Amino acid sequence: MDFELSPAQEEIVRQVRALCARFPDEYWRDKDSSHEFPHEFHHAVAQAGYLGIAIPEQYGGSGLGITEAALLMREVAASGGAMNAASAIHLTIFGMGPVIHHGSEELKQRCLPAIARGQIHCSFAVTEPDAGNDITHIKTAARRQGDYYVINGRKVFTTKAREADKVLLLTRTTPIEEVSKKTAGMSLFLADLDREAVEVRELKKMGRHAVDTNLLFIDNLRVPATDLVGEEGRGFHYLLDGLNPERILVAAEAIGIGRAALSRAVAYAKERVVFGRPIGRNQAIAHPLADCYAKLEAAEMLTMKAAWLFDARKPCGAEANMAKLRAAEACFEACDRAVQTLGGYGYMFEYDVERYFRECRMLKIAPVSQEMVLNYISEHVLGLPRSY
Amino acid sequence: MKILVPFKRVPDPATTIRILPDGSGIATDNVKWVINPFDEIAIEEALRIKERLKTGEVVLMTIGQSNWQEQLRTGLAMGADRAKLIVTDKPLDTLTIARVIAKVVAEEQPRLVILGKQAIDDDSNQVGQMLAEILGWPQATFASKLEIEGDRCTVVREVDGGLETVAFPLPAVVTTDLRLNEPRYASLPGIMKARKKELKEIPIESLGLDLTPKLRVKELKAPPKRQAGRKVGSVQELVKLLHEEAKLI
Repeated sequence: MDFELSPAQEEIVRQVRALCARFPDEYWRDKDSSHEFPHEFHHAVAQAGYLGIAIPEQYGGSGLGITEAALLMREVAASGGAMNAASAIHLTIFGMGPVIHHGSEELKQRCLPAIARGQIHCSFAVTEPDAGNDITHIKTAARRQGDYYVINGRKVFTTKAREADKVLLLTRTTPIEEVSKKTAGMSLFLADLDREAVEVRELKKMGRHAVDTNLLFIDNLRVPATDLVGEEGRGFHYLLDGLNPERILVAAEAIGIGRAALSRAVAYAKERVVFGRPIGRNQAIAHPLADCYAKLEAAEMLTMKAAWLFDARKPCGAEANMAKLRAAEACFEACDRAVQTLGGYGYMFEYDVERYFRECRMLKIAPVSQEMVLNYISEHVLGLPRSY
Repeated sequence: MKILVPFKRVPDPATTIRILPDGSGIATDNVKWVINPFDEIAIEEALRIKERLKTGEVVLMTIGQSNWQEQLRTGLAMGADRAKLIVTDKPLDTLTIARVIAKVVAEEQPRLVILGKQAIDDDSNQVGQMLAEILGWPQATFASKLEIEGDRCTVVREVDGGLETVAFPLPAVVTTDLRLNEPRYASLPGIMKARKKELKEIPIESLGLDLTPKLRVKELKAPPKRQAGRKVGSVQELVKLLHEEAKLI
């Protein structure tokens, strides 16, 4: 057993920290309050080659694993950029999996290098107003017409669509009534996000205001058949391959945000003097922070194990799910404790912990709810009967 | 143009330093090691010169144990071309270090040696000056701006009360000040390439130098705890105290 990072992994952590240090809390505070996409940060990450961390070398990436991607995302979030920073690049880091593994050579050559360079922003449209965790019930339909598919439907919670040039779009090419298994008949496209045919309506939300979340109305979007990822009808299976890496990365992001919150809280607890002594000397302040630290460490162990399993091509569904469960929980607790430690100041925008708190709440819901993770563990790990 | 950048490995400036109970050194467990920040500025400047001239080679070197490779790899990831590690586990004094660097200079024949004005651990501020003296080369210390034209170098130095501009022929030794540049962070492809770049380990004994230290650190002590300040009632009282008690005026 070896818990040590390799020298190259250590170097990635160090250099990502150095990069992120140029984008301090003030930067993120400003982007969050002005609802502005962090273009400067995105550009810096792209320039330094990190967007292509998990994209194979022959398509302009560095061909590294989910372990390295998780370290990257942890540091990006831990810098204080939290979900605003993570979500600005998250989809490029992990979302291209289906294209890499199943896309045609032509599609990969055409799109991946530009995506790795950050020249093409890509959005991810899977969830629909009436289909979330029960994803097989999506209604967005793609009909073949010669060399094109014509797509109609609605998508919700589509991240970054305002910035996106392309969208990885899950559709039904065969209606659910006509397939033998409900997971069949779905197809994935890496389509141009043509504003003529797609209306992007931004949704107002609790936090992470620098990166938009949207409702998409797709009305006769014409997509060339060459933008189809892999085979028609197998989209759901392609997407499944990407679920575990996404959970691992989200867990790493949660740990990063938890660390950011904890470090601000610890610094404050050392400095803030009440009744003639630093508040950190009170165990009512210190113990919860120590507890949060231990929980974040434990979640990190699980996350890195899941990443290691994935990169070693071993089954990691249980570990990836549990990592996301524990990390989202530990992160939420750390952010909550940080707000509590800072008291009234913790509630104020300029002390940043309230921003982490607002953003991290999302991680108990996305990309999969804590409850669905527990369902997974009950059914697939413990062998209990399925409840839904 | 070939540029040699010698650097020292030091504890991360963000690390809290603890002195060993017997005062013989600092506790190194849990210490994160980094390239001395002034030396990192030197690496950055060397890379910028190479990029401006569109030709040349940046060679890094350090003197220490085998695991100092890590910091050399960091420099290679930033963009340096190759590295030399002079391996020793003995503590060396500044003059010996300057002599070791001079040996590498004799072998590499660089046109320019750039290094930090001082290391942030012992703050000696001696190696650059000693090296220039040993080599018989011009030196410009505390550089805050550096320009090269043909075989001449112009350096703006930060000196007490202002700036001094000096011009001199190459080869030369330049030591860097804080405001010379802001070092880059390495790109991911840079990190990957660094693993494959040449990093040569050379046992210090093979250089044929007398390594007996002329200087010995006898004891390290933490600075005394700062005393709490005192409020005074008037300017007159302050002046009186500064004169009679603190004896500052």
